Amino acid sequence: MTFEYAPAPESRSIVTIKPKYGHFIDGKFVAGRNHFQTINPATEEVLSLIALGGASDVDKAVIAAQKAYTKTWSKLSGKDRGKYLYRIARILQERTREFAVLETLDNGKPIRETRDIDIPLVAAHFFYHAGWADKLDYAGLGRSPQPLGVAGQIIPWNFPLLMLAWKVAPALATGNTVVLKPAETTSLTALLFAQVCQEAELPDGVVNIVTGNGTTGTAIVNHPGIHKIAFTGSTEVGKSIARSVAGTSKKITLELGGKGANVVFDDAPIDETVEGIVNGIFFNQGHVCCAGSRLILQEGIAEELTKKLKTRMAKIRVGDPLDKNTDLGAINSSEQLAKIHELSAAGDAEGAERWSASCNFPDKGFWFAPTIFTGVTQAHRIAREEIFGPVLSVLTFRTPQEAIEKANNTPFGLSAGVWSEKGSQILWATQQLRAGIVWANTFNKFDPTSPFGGYKESGWGREGGKHGLASYLKEGK
Amino acid sequence: MERIEVKKTYKLFINGAFPRSESGRVFDVCNSKGELIAHPALASRKDLRDSVVAARAAQSGWAKATAYNRGQILYRIAEMLEGRTDQLATEISDSSGITLKKAHDEVFAAIDRWVWYAGWSDKLAAVYGATNPVAGPYYNFTIPEAQGVIAVAPKENFLAFIDAIAPIITSGNTVIALVPGSASIAAMTFAEVLATSDLPHGVINILTGSHDELAPWAASHMDIDGMDISGIDKKKRAELKIAGAENLKRIHNFESNMTPTRIFAFMEAKTVWHPIGV
Repeated sequence: MTFEYAPAPESRSIVTIKPKYGHFIDGKFVAGRNHFQTINPATEEVLSLIALGGASDVDKAVIAAQKAYTKTWSKLSGKDRGKYLYRIARILQERTREFAVLETLDNGKPIRETRDIDIPLVAAHFFYHAGWADKLDYAGLGRSPQPLGVAGQIIPWNFPLLMLAWKVAPALATGNTVVLKPAETTSLTALLFAQVCQEAELPDGVVNIVTGNGTTGTAIVNHPGIHKIAFTGSTEVGKSIARSVAGTSKKITLELGGKGANVVFDDAPIDETVEGIVNGIFFNQGHVCCAGSRLILQEGIAEELTKKLKTRMAKIRVGDPLDKNTDLGAINSSEQLAKIHELSAAGDAEGAERWSASCNFPDKGFWFAPTIFTGVTQAHRIAREEIFGPVLSVLTFRTPQEAIEKANNTPFGLSAGVWSEKGSQILWATQQLRAGIVWANTFNKFDPTSPFGGYKESGWGREGGKHGLASYLKEGK
Repeated sequence: MERIEVKKTYKLFINGAFPRSESGRVFDVCNSKGELIAHPALASRKDLRDSVVAARAAQSGWAKATAYNRGQILYRIAEMLEGRTDQLATEISDSSGITLKKAHDEVFAAIDRWVWYAGWSDKLAAVYGATNPVAGPYYNFTIPEAQGVIAVAPKENFLAFIDAIAPIITSGNTVIALVPGSASIAAMTFAEVLATSDLPHGVINILTGSHDELAPWAASHMDIDGMDISGIDKKKRAELKIAGAENLKRIHNFESNMTPTRIFAFMEAKTVWHPIGV
């Protein structure tokens, strides 16, 4: 017997999308010269035209940010900076539904996630950092740690507004001003956030948003008026940014790729583990740098667990992201979909065994069914490269030492998972895993109080928690 | 009749042993009068690679040693160094041209550095760690861990060499020191201190020679996790950072000494989540 769900679409009438947007510089929206389309990846409908920022737009934004830094923001007390951030947090809470719908339209992720995870976490990040603004003396960075100046921030498309919050909230709390570039395919919530800054009466130029593509980002990275670069995105681009700023005094933080190992021991509670694996790889269509994309199973439970996992995967509801019952939304772009297809084809070609849940996709938009590959070896591309989609690679192990060796056999080191009922085994494994975040008997949990960031080629520095503040401050005395 | 002195051959210190450079090369170190003191080994790229293998093999064991144990071994280095004060002061004075009094002060400062860092090993987690009150039923904590294998290129000075290596190993990293020029003499005598300090083989490896030759190889080596380039000329730092970007090495330089910043710069914060429930 199959249960059918009646459609439960969230209304999109709450959002107003303008036909065309400019940049947000010095507290005002200014017209762009050239524009590109932003589409809804679930329908391919054109939502709006986004300005393509060039070097002169970036320059104007940096000048505005410098002026705001020297004239207003660095002169404000921490208490007053905090008050602006609290205001922003409260406005975001009030407008959660609007932001959630807009994010879902522009990104393709399900409304269940934008409504329950992305946007609430955004507000939480501002609220958390608001409280730090007048307490920086207690951040473990000496007395009176100092801001750096203008922060250039470049963010990805997978959690558009959340990544904005991870960057903007700590930068502002610590007294820096910001020039931010949202990802090419997901600019709309950042532009709506600009309105929130106006509504909060944030002084002009403290937050500047220049939309565009990779060349816009390069202009930010190379601008001599910027003192700090914060980037979230691919390891490849991260390395090129590291090279670009090598000869400068710019401080830099990087949150890059991952190939997270999710290690399951024989004694793991099987049903909870299956749920955790699903959340680890299919959350946000697998567009997650810390996704648990390598499932490493102890041989004794591999067969049973894989079977249960497939049964569970068959129940994942793929489709209209605005439908409140949808679990897995649209792939963010045709380019990303092509990359997922390419790597999955490599999995087939290299001899792994593919299984996908059967799905009825809408006629238009970009879709990929929840997929697992079994019989994966460490040499396979699907075990080494980040797929950034709903594709899970399954490997097996016999001894705990072997599990750790396989888990750590990657140049990445962002996240890892471990599943077991045995406390000492969990603590042992968390100690051995070379990753910045280890989720034990859970996966893909985030919180502003909890530092996030990677070992090895997954990046430099941390975001969130006490540790994240160090990325935006010079040590005091 | 005057006794004929037995002179020392200055070699390298790799994996607890004292090999000559694989290249067979040496260089001259002279005193301020221009008289030859010794021919230290001129380390090569191959020596660097051998050191990385040794440092990598030693790293997990050193990091797994208890913080108390690491602290005691660092303190033991201070004890052993104390007994070599006169010898090192003479070597430093001869090779660098400073007065014997100043050289003594430098050795005393080096000894005190080891005592200072010895006390840090079991306090890092308290100072740099955290428990994080997340908004949900999870226990969440952050602990600092050593990054792995770190190369250091200190200035041509004994104390700068100690300032570079001590913070690196305090946290459980292993280190390859690239010691330039005249500092090689005292550094290799210091290696004899290490050999009697219960320090596991491979935790500190010392190569003498030229920064210009060795530092670029270290920066591009894919199994080195970080570098302290405080002793590298400012104009030459960018090219090392560019080479190091290939594996996103953590590359730092420091202005000040005796600061935990020099320890934490080569540590990673690991955050662990676990559900709370019955």
